[in-house]
Amino acid sequence: MEVLLLLGLPAAGALALGFLGARRSAPELNVAFSLGTFLAACALTVRVIDHGDQLLAHEQFFVDPFNVFLVALTAFVGLTTSLFSRPYMRVELAHGRVTARRLRLYHAMYQLFMLTMLTALTTNNMGLLWVAMEAATLSTVLLVTLYRTPASLEAGWKYFILCGVGIAQALFGTILLYFAAERVLGAEGVTALLWTHLNAVKSQLEPSVLALAFVFLLVGYGTKVGLAPLHNWLPDAHAEGPTPISAVLSGLLLNVAIYAVVRCKILVEGSLHSPLPARMLMGFGLLSVVVGALLLWRQRDIKRLFAYSSVEHMGIVAFAFGMSGPVATFAALLHMTVHSLTKSAIFFTVGHAAQKAGSQLMENIRGLVTLSPTIGWGLMLGALAILGLPPFGVFASEFLILTTAMREQPWATPILLAALGIAFAAIFGRVQPMVFGETTARRLPHPPALLPVFAHLAIVLVLGLYVPPYLADWYRAAARLIGGL
Amino acid sequence: MTHLPWDLQLLNTCAALLLLLSFAMLSQRRIVTLVDLLAIQGGLLAVATLLLAWRTGQPHLYLSALLTVALKVAFLPWLLHRLIHRLEVYWDTEPLLNISGTLLAGVVIVVFAFGLAQPITQLANTTMRSAIGIAIAVVLLAFLMMITRRKAMSQVIGFLSMENGLFFGAMSATYGMPMVIELGVALDVLVAVLVLGVFFFQIREQFDSLDLHHLESLKESE
Amino acid sequence: MSAAAPQVTELVTQLLEVVAALAAAPLFLGWVNQCRAWLSNRRAPSIWLPYRNIRKLFAKDAVLAENASPLFRLAPYLVFSTMVVAAGIIPSMGTHLPLVVAADAIALVGLFATARVFLSLAAMDVGTAFGTLGARREMMVGFLAEPALLMVIFVASMISSTTALPAISEHLVTQSLGLYPSLAFTAVAFTLVLLAENARIPVDNPATHLELTMIHEAMLLEYSARHLALMEWASALRLFNYACIGFALFVPWGVATGAIGPLGLALSIPVLGLKLGVAGAGLATIETVSAKLRVMRAPEFLATAFLFAVLGLLVHVLLKA
Repeated sequence: MEVLLLLGLPAAGALALGFLGARRSAPELNVAFSLGTFLAACALTVRVIDHGDQLLAHEQFFVDPFNVFLVALTAFVGLTTSLFSRPYMRVELAHGRVTARRLRLYHAMYQLFMLTMLTALTTNNMGLLWVAMEAATLSTVLLVTLYRTPASLEAGWKYFILCGVGIAQALFGTILLYFAAERVLGAEGVTALLWTHLNAVKSQLEPSVLALAFVFLLVGYGTKVGLAPLHNWLPDAHAEGPTPISAVLSGLLLNVAIYAVVRCKILVEGSLHSPLPARMLMGFGLLSVVVGALLLWRQRDIKRLFAYSSVEHMGIVAFAFGMSGPVATFAALLHMTVHSLTKSAIFFTVGHAAQKAGSQLMENIRGLVTLSPTIGWGLMLGALAILGLPPFGVFASEFLILTTAMREQPWATPILLAALGIAFAAIFGRVQPMVFGETTARRLPHPPALLPVFAHLAIVLVLGLYVPPYLADWYRAAARLIGGL
Repeated sequence: MTHLPWDLQLLNTCAALLLLLSFAMLSQRRIVTLVDLLAIQGGLLAVATLLLAWRTGQPHLYLSALLTVALKVAFLPWLLHRLIHRLEVYWDTEPLLNISGTLLAGVVIVVFAFGLAQPITQLANTTMRSAIGIAIAVVLLAFLMMITRRKAMSQVIGFLSMENGLFFGAMSATYGMPMVIELGVALDVLVAVLVLGVFFFQIREQFDSLDLHHLESLKESE
Repeated sequence: MSAAAPQVTELVTQLLEVVAALAAAPLFLGWVNQCRAWLSNRRAPSIWLPYRNIRKLFAKDAVLAENASPLFRLAPYLVFSTMVVAAGIIPSMGTHLPLVVAADAIALVGLFATARVFLSLAAMDVGTAFGTLGARREMMVGFLAEPALLMVIFVASMISSTTALPAISEHLVTQSLGLYPSLAFTAVAFTLVLLAENARIPVDNPATHLELTMIHEAMLLEYSARHLALMEWASALRLFNYACIGFALFVPWGVATGAIGPLGLALSIPVLGLKLGVAGAGLATIETVSAKLRVMRAPEFLATAFLFAVLGLLVHVLLKA
């Protein structure tokens, strides 16, 4: 029932906004549907807390602690982003960067995007997971090109082709998975792709085929995670699309993609009994951390800056999942949560800051604090949070990851530390003059929505000081599941 | 050469022709012909699916053959032809690598693909398991085509051809994926092409050309 | 007597085969020319025209360039004799031949290459611009066609696990009828190589002396009388030989296999005639419907041939078909 609501609401929202999206009240409608989705997600969460794992609709949907926390997170960020996008898109409309017709496309695709992500998270069927991931790409391609500028078209094209090719690799991996599963589970069609069934027989699956499948799946879904060297699409798509889309891409899509990778890793590790998948994840993760941190230095566009920061953080998460102890997995889950909240909060402030300055180039954004203290401080706090300063949650998760790394993969610790240091210097050095100093910014026709920013930052702060016991239990349950202990 | 039943011989011939078609696509400079080749590829896939359906008696394969004909032989080529005429892109004359070089690279790729398919082929128990290597080769050759072409249209055709190869791979390894998934994939492909259609017009509006070297300004060299 | 009898017939077949090749090669060329004329709505020349040409040339006095070396004079005989030897090796009528065991298919390719080398050397010998130009182009074509031809032979050899042409032929005859994509691919490759190696239309035009495009004719410009006659005869033989290799690899039916009796021999002659007739008509059709390629595109043409042959090989390895 909750799942039906969870998926039905965005579907209905996409349909309704497809017709009504050009109206003046469309942003409110968007918020309403997102709120409904969030409530459904809460209900589902409560149900999983009360009753444990849920298998629904002829086993087609499966909800366990691992994905329910992501569902809740996704629905929450979806809601706050829709709140943020309400004034933001109105300003864009007033500045003439979009037309009412394009707003209709924007709103419909926004809901569709939520639908695909929630489907990808809740489905039990590895094939459907693929279909949903591909649909997520498709629904966002037109959002990235919403402004129809040459740069945005290029970004959209890159996004489409790279992710299209990547996702084709993932399809091949899925076919191989099905191929291996069919030999154990029989050709009775659908069950051979159900994750729960696969998980039950994972030790009997043919290791050589699964190893090959994992390579393809990791490359395929890894492209969407933005793992280096397949990250090229990510900064372009983030920088050239509307800011709310940057926020959900960074905050949510990357999470969903890494969720897909981890689901595959659980299966493959169960079959292989070797550290190969873990090592691959660690390798890709570490490379992304380093590449992301180094490329931060060369950015002039503020959204590209934070997009590369996403590459770096996804690298950290992948590395943590690769270490695959219960503590590391716990830390990885926590990091996914706090990164997604912090990063979307940053994009909210960045969006308004860029609107005020009339430019996304960092040298043109100056002295935010004087004109609008809340935006300025929001950006400053968000940047500090994402850089892993205590007492924010990112500090807690990064600290856990680093200490685990010191114990289990000591060779990697200096690399991680160095990359984090480089990232700190790069981001802090750029954010500081933007927030303080002389201002050039102008007033906006619609007051910015800053509630989402501070709500996110507050949660991140709380998570840094104290992880509520039920949340911790939840993470631990998920970590047990992933760690296979 | 052991003696095979005629339907298997036909299936093998289909597989061989698919490989040949991939090379034909690699060497083809005219975009209109590329679309025709894509349609033929779809047709061969449909024939192979039908033969397999007849051989194994699995009803869902008939459906998927029907879907293939409707989507890949009729609708997508029609759509692409329309797009080509509306956008007036007929040639892709400047591949990044000359044709002979591309073809040689293709041969190397096929050998690599056959090697890659070896473990899967040994495990498969389907009658056309030997075609898995060809399927992988088709996928990789399509990938090569996407890399070496400049025009957006040829890249899209490469993308679709890659999908065809995956479909063929699924068929030869496991008699096709479950119907639900196949439908989902078909839907995604359809939507992808529609999205691209919209996209092309946007690009065209901005640049007056579908040449991708216009899309090379977003670089990390600032 | 009874043990010697098959050997005698084998010897007879061998002789007959060489003689038949010598006699039929100009006829085959005449037939191809006649078909081409018909297809392009011209009045066909007599099918005996090549014979008359050769007779006429033999009757003339030879003129040699002043600076021609002995190699120039020797080359026609060398080229002609390699072609005759090649005709002896190819099983066009029977597979049990005394000469056939002497060389396998790879050696055959070597024979063709020898002929080409001498032809090119002779063309460059006099030092005229056209001769050198033709020789250079001929070497380029040969350089690209040879690997393709070898690859074709490899596929056939892999299928029958032998490199001896008669054994390949025999193996293929005994195969049950079926679809063999690998053989189909190699047949296409072989046809392309045949067109290129015999200076037929997409690569070269045997009927013109247009400086910018010709390859084969450019090399013969300095020859006259009996030398030219031998050269022309040799190129007719080469076409005939290629056709017979094609028959041996792809349509081996009708060749007398095993110990040859007079009956088998008698039967194989009309079959060969029939195959040659069809092949000639086919060749003429291909030449009529295709346009001459620019010389610069010849590598692409031959790359296609090579590709087909390689694909045949790969398909055979993978599909066992």
